[in-house]
Amino acid sequence: MIRYLLRKEFKQLMRNPFIPKMLIGFPLMVLLVLPWAASYEIKNLNLSVVDNDHSPYSRRLTEKITSSGYFLLTDKSAGFKQALEAVEENRADIILEIPPRFEKDLVTGRGTKLMIAPNAVNGMKAGVGMTYLASIVGDFNSELVREIAPAGSSTASVPTIQIDSQFKFNPHLNYRVYMVPALIVLILTLLCGFLPGVSIVMEKEIGTMEQINVSPVPKAMFILAKLIPFWIIGFFILTVGSIIAWAAYGLVPAGHYYTIYLFATVYIITVSGLGLIISNYAQTMQQAMFIVFFFMLIFIMLSGLYTPVESMPEWAKWVAAFNPLKHFMVVMRSVFLKGSSLADLSVEMYALLGFAVFFNSWAVISYRKTNN
Amino acid sequence: MQQVKPESKSDSVIVAENLTKKFGSFTAVDRISFDVKRGEIFGFLGANGAGKTTAMRMLSGLSIPTSGRGVVAGFDIGTETEMVKKNIGYMSQKFSLYDDLKVWENIELFGGIYGLKKTEIETKTDELMRALNFESERNKLVGELPLGFKQKLAFSVSIFHNPQVVFLDEPTGGVDPITRRQFWELIYDATSRGITVFVTTHYMDEAEYCDRVSIMVDGKIEALDTPAILKRQFNADSMDGVFQQLARKATRGDI
Repeated sequence: MIRYLLRKEFKQLMRNPFIPKMLIGFPLMVLLVLPWAASYEIKNLNLSVVDNDHSPYSRRLTEKITSSGYFLLTDKSAGFKQALEAVEENRADIILEIPPRFEKDLVTGRGTKLMIAPNAVNGMKAGVGMTYLASIVGDFNSELVREIAPAGSSTASVPTIQIDSQFKFNPHLNYRVYMVPALIVLILTLLCGFLPGVSIVMEKEIGTMEQINVSPVPKAMFILAKLIPFWIIGFFILTVGSIIAWAAYGLVPAGHYYTIYLFATVYIITVSGLGLIISNYAQTMQQAMFIVFFFMLIFIMLSGLYTPVESMPEWAKWVAAFNPLKHFMVVMRSVFLKGSSLADLSVEMYALLGFAVFFNSWAVISYRKTNN
Repeated sequence: MQQVKPESKSDSVIVAENLTKKFGSFTAVDRISFDVKRGEIFGFLGANGAGKTTAMRMLSGLSIPTSGRGVVAGFDIGTETEMVKKNIGYMSQKFSLYDDLKVWENIELFGGIYGLKKTEIETKTDELMRALNFESERNKLVGELPLGFKQKLAFSVSIFHNPQVVFLDEPTGGVDPITRRQFWELIYDATSRGITVFVTTHYMDEAEYCDRVSIMVDGKIEALDTPAILKRQFNADSMDGVFQQLARKATRGDI
């Protein structure tokens, strides 16, 4: 019986004017475009300088900052108030105020204070801009120390701590290397998690669901026939995603592909079960889409895609622990970047297996061919 | 209301005893009792909202009765729903074949669902296409067919597996008189093969075609007999006259 149902599903999928295009277009778009556009690297920050000194030193500092490549000098204001207006008008993101007697105080060794005021409407941008600016100023400072201090004087021999950083597993701190595995997870979730659910709700709306419900099809078989095509599609997408990761970004998993496929199998079953639960409770497409958006938003925000789960408050960590997306994202990043094996990721495996059993049992139980 | 005689029971394909369905405080179907004999065409009439579809959904195992009991094709509709489903056909008010599958693909799918063998499906499909004069439409998507064609096809699919009973919920809604006529020929043809037909309709001329007719008003069965006896009883010259007298008593409107 199931082969008749499977044949139906495949034919319907292929004849759908939209879905086959989306199955190809969506992963390509997400994997080829997004990693280049959505970057953590903050560049082109608009800088407003309030130079109250107008000395060679203050000019030198300004030049050093703009030549770093991270800042664009978009505004020069006579006073802080004026600079703030530039921020309000969105002409500047960050203000650097150089005090009067800046050069003089430096040369005489009295020391001086600079003020950096970033626009914190976008907190992350402000934080990163601040750090960049501070490190450039620090550089400038050590340059000056070397210049001003006469050779052999005590200042030059002050021991300084130099930090030599080495980024492990992603040596160039390449944002794309970090994002691509996570984006593959996202695509799998959307396509395998929610499409089968949506296709059931569609049958409810059209009325064919009732024709199935009044027939002797066992409910588990009907559900299986809905899922199998999407599982196959899931593996197809995973393969396409891996090829793109390699071809476009030179990204090859440090671990094994079979670890990835093994976890993907469990993960796809998990999320498709979740989609089915939604389809059992939603009566219309509108309801289904709304529930999907609700869960997707929570899943993505609490997955560690953008912000690390470790730095979330305790309650959010708990929510994330029940988020299958988070676990699979950990897996993909670890296998791709660190080369983790199944043994290293046993916690994630147990978690995903648990979710798979839980969601799918719920899906089968909540699907009713007969209503009370 | 007719009493079910014990000796007629063995010959009854559908038996309803005080069948009731409540949704919260609303009683959609209120203690209805009747029986339908094998090979009979049983008309199930009533205004919109009278509870026909709800009653039919209970009898076809889609909805569990709140109280009362029913037996369809020898199986209890409260406890043996899946066995009931194996032995009935059902054609809902909403057209429910797959628009994006071809004519033969729909037949194959539903034949397969009811466990027919591949060769059996093939030969029966050929027969059906010939009987319906559908041979040129065989490879068309169902969505491209005119409504009358679709309805005839939906009915043929619903009896493709030779069920004991077929439930038809307003099967001729929106089709032209000629197609309706052809549709009723198909129904007669099905009964000649021993299939019992349980049909709801709003067309009173169709009610005349039924062996027996029940008329539901506000969830209750107000009249049940052959069209001829009902007309005599209500002093009407057509079923329309009978229906008007009974339906006017209804207090509940469209739901």
